[in-house]
Amino acid sequence: MTAYDLPDARGHFGPYGGTFVAETLIAALDALKAEYAAARADPAFAAEFAHELKHYVGRPSPIYHAKRLSEQLGGAQILLKREDLNHTGAHKVNNCIGQALLARRMGKPRVIAETGAGQHGVATATVAARFGFECVVYMGAADVKRQAANVYRMKLLGAKVTPVESGSKTLKDALNEAMRDWVTNIADTFYIIGTVAGPHPYPMLVRDFQTVIGKECIAQMQAQFGRQPDVVLAAVGGGSNAIGIFHPYIPDAAVQLIGVEAAGEGIETGRHAAPLTANAPIGVLHGNRTALMQDADGQIIETHSISAGLDYPGVGPEHAWLKESGRAEYVAITDAEALAAFHTLCRTEGIIPALESAHALAQAIKVAPALPRDKLLLVNLSGRGDKDMHTVAEKAGIEL
Amino acid sequence: MSRIQATFERLAAQGKKALIPFVTAGFPRLDLTLPLLRELARSGADIIELGVPFSDPMADGPTIQRASERALSNGMTLKKVLEAVADFRRENTATPVVLMGYANPIEAMGAETFVAAAAAAGVDGVLVVDYPPEEVGDFARLLKTQALDPIFLLAPTSKPERFQWVAEHASGYVYYVSLKGVTGAGHLNVAEVAERLPAIRAAVGVPVGVGFGIRDAATAAAMAKIADAVVVGSRFIETLEAAEPGEECAAVARLVGALRLGVDSAG
Repeated sequence: MTAYDLPDARGHFGPYGGTFVAETLIAALDALKAEYAAARADPAFAAEFAHELKHYVGRPSPIYHAKRLSEQLGGAQILLKREDLNHTGAHKVNNCIGQALLARRMGKPRVIAETGAGQHGVATATVAARFGFECVVYMGAADVKRQAANVYRMKLLGAKVTPVESGSKTLKDALNEAMRDWVTNIADTFYIIGTVAGPHPYPMLVRDFQTVIGKECIAQMQAQFGRQPDVVLAAVGGGSNAIGIFHPYIPDAAVQLIGVEAAGEGIETGRHAAPLTANAPIGVLHGNRTALMQDADGQIIETHSISAGLDYPGVGPEHAWLKESGRAEYVAITDAEALAAFHTLCRTEGIIPALESAHALAQAIKVAPALPRDKLLLVNLSGRGDKDMHTVAEKAGIEL
Repeated sequence: MSRIQATFERLAAQGKKALIPFVTAGFPRLDLTLPLLRELARSGADIIELGVPFSDPMADGPTIQRASERALSNGMTLKKVLEAVADFRRENTATPVVLMGYANPIEAMGAETFVAAAAAAGVDGVLVVDYPPEEVGDFARLLKTQALDPIFLLAPTSKPERFQWVAEHASGYVYYVSLKGVTGAGHLNVAEVAERLPAIRAAVGVPVGVGFGIRDAATAAAMAKIADAVVVGSRFIETLEAAEPGEECAAVARLVGALRLGVDSAG
C-alpha cells in the first residue's frame, strides 16, 4: 500500500471533502489553515497539547479487556478503549483542547460550537472555561429538550446555549447557525467544530487531534497483548472518534477497520442515520462533499437515531473515502441492537456506555461469537452513558 | 451579447444603475412564482435573482431561511423553478433571471442536466453560494458552454488575489457581499463598502452589484452611488410575509417602486 497522506492541499480525500462555503468564510478558513500549519510545525504546540491531554483530560485512557463479556459471548476477545474515562466523559474533549490552543494562538477571545447530544457542547464549554474564552453553543431546540442535563452543564461552565428553531431543530441546524455566527463575528471568533466534517481544514485538524486515541492503542496493544488487534470498531456519526482510532491503523493492512453507523429503526425503513451503509448519494453540505442522506431533489432529509450524537445526515469525508478505497468497511446497528448492547455492558462489566459507543459495541457483540477465542476486537468506547439515562429509561417505560 | 450584459449596457447608456430584487421561488406560494417574476419585471426590476430553496441555507439569515423552508414545504423543487423561468421567458425576453442557490440540489439533478435545462428555460446566470473559486471548477466552464453567466461573490474579507481570479472567470456581474454576515443582517456600513468597492470594480472588469443588508430607498441610493447594481432580498421576503393573501404582487410592486426611486436618485 502506498503511503496514505490525505487530504491533499485543497482538503480533498479522493472526490470527497473540499471547501464548499460562501466566499464570506474563505478568508477565515485560509487563516485557520495557515495557523494550523504553523502550529503543526511548532514543537511547543505539540508539547502543550500533550501536556493538557495528560494533566487536564487524564490521558492516556486505558484499554480494558472485557473478559466477562467475552466469556459470555464465547468467541473473540472484546477490548474497550476507554474514552469514556476522559474528563467530560467522551473523546470530544481531545479535539476541543487542540482547537482551543489554536484559538489562543490566533488571539480569538470568543469560541462557538454546535452540538447534538451536548457532548461536544460540554467539551467546548469546558475548555472555554479552562482557557478563559467567551463561549456560545448552538443546539437544535429539539435536542435542548432531549438533553436538559447537558444544557445545564454547559451553563454551569459559563457558556451561553442558544436553541436553534430552524429546520429539523437538530444537529445539522445547529451547525448552520454556528456557521452564520462565525461569518458575522469572524474577527474575534473561533469556531470549534466537533466532528471530522465541515470545510477544509476542519476534517483534517479534528482528525489529527483525535488520532491520539489510535496512537495510544498501538502502544498499549503492543504492551498488553504483544500485538495489534484483528479488528477495530467505532461508531460513526460525523465520525471523529472513529477516525481518531482508525487513522493510525490505516497503514497496517492486517487490522480490519469497521465503522458502525446508526441504522435507527432499520435501514429498510428509511428512518436511520447511515449514509454510507445505505449507499446514500454524494452531495454537498456544511462545507464538504460526502455521502449525504437526501431526497431526489437534493434536499437534506431528517435522520433518525436513538443516539443524538449519530443523528446526522452526512458523514466525515474521510470516511466516505475510506469506504470507497476499501480500507474500512461500514455497517449499521439499529436502535434496538444498540440499546441491548448498552444493557449488556452495564450488567457484565459495570460500564455504562454512551448510546453512540453502544453501536460499535453491538457490532462487536454480533460478530464475536463466530470468531475464534484468540481474535482481538478493539472497540472504541467513545463516551460514557450518564447523559443517556433519560433516553434509556424512557425506552423501558420508566419516568425518572 | 448576454441578456445581463445588454441590460448593464442599456442602463449605462441611460446613466442608470441596476436594481436587482431577490425572491425565493415557491414563496409564499408555488403559484405565485410566475406572477411575482412578472410583477418584478413590470414594476422596474432590471435583473431578477430567483432563489432556489435549499433545506440548509448556511449563508442566509433567518428571513430567507424561513422563505426556503416555506417554499420547500409548498413543494418547490429545482425542476419547478426551471419551469417557472421557462413560463416567464415565453412572455418576457428582456429581463435577465439569475438563479441563486446552493450546490446540492444542482448536484442531485446532475450539473450537466441542470445547465442544459437552465439554458433551455431561459436562465441567464447562476450563483451557487457554496461554490467558491476553490470548488467551482468544471461548473463555471459548463455554464459558459451554454452561454450562462457564472456569478461569483466577493466579500469584505476577500483578498485582492481573489479579485483577479474572479476577473478571469466571472461574466455578467460580480456580487459584492456588503457586510460580514448573512443575508438580511442589520449592520450595513456604507462608508466601509465605499472604501472597498473601487478596487474591486477596477479589478473585475464586469459590473459589480452590492447586496446583503440593503433595506430601503436610502441605503439603495447610497449603494447605487458607488456600485453598478443594488441587490435587495430579505426585504422582499419580509414584504411578502406581511402582505395579505392576494396583495403580494401589489406589495412587491410598491417596494420595487420605492427602491427604484432610491437607485435612480443616485444616477
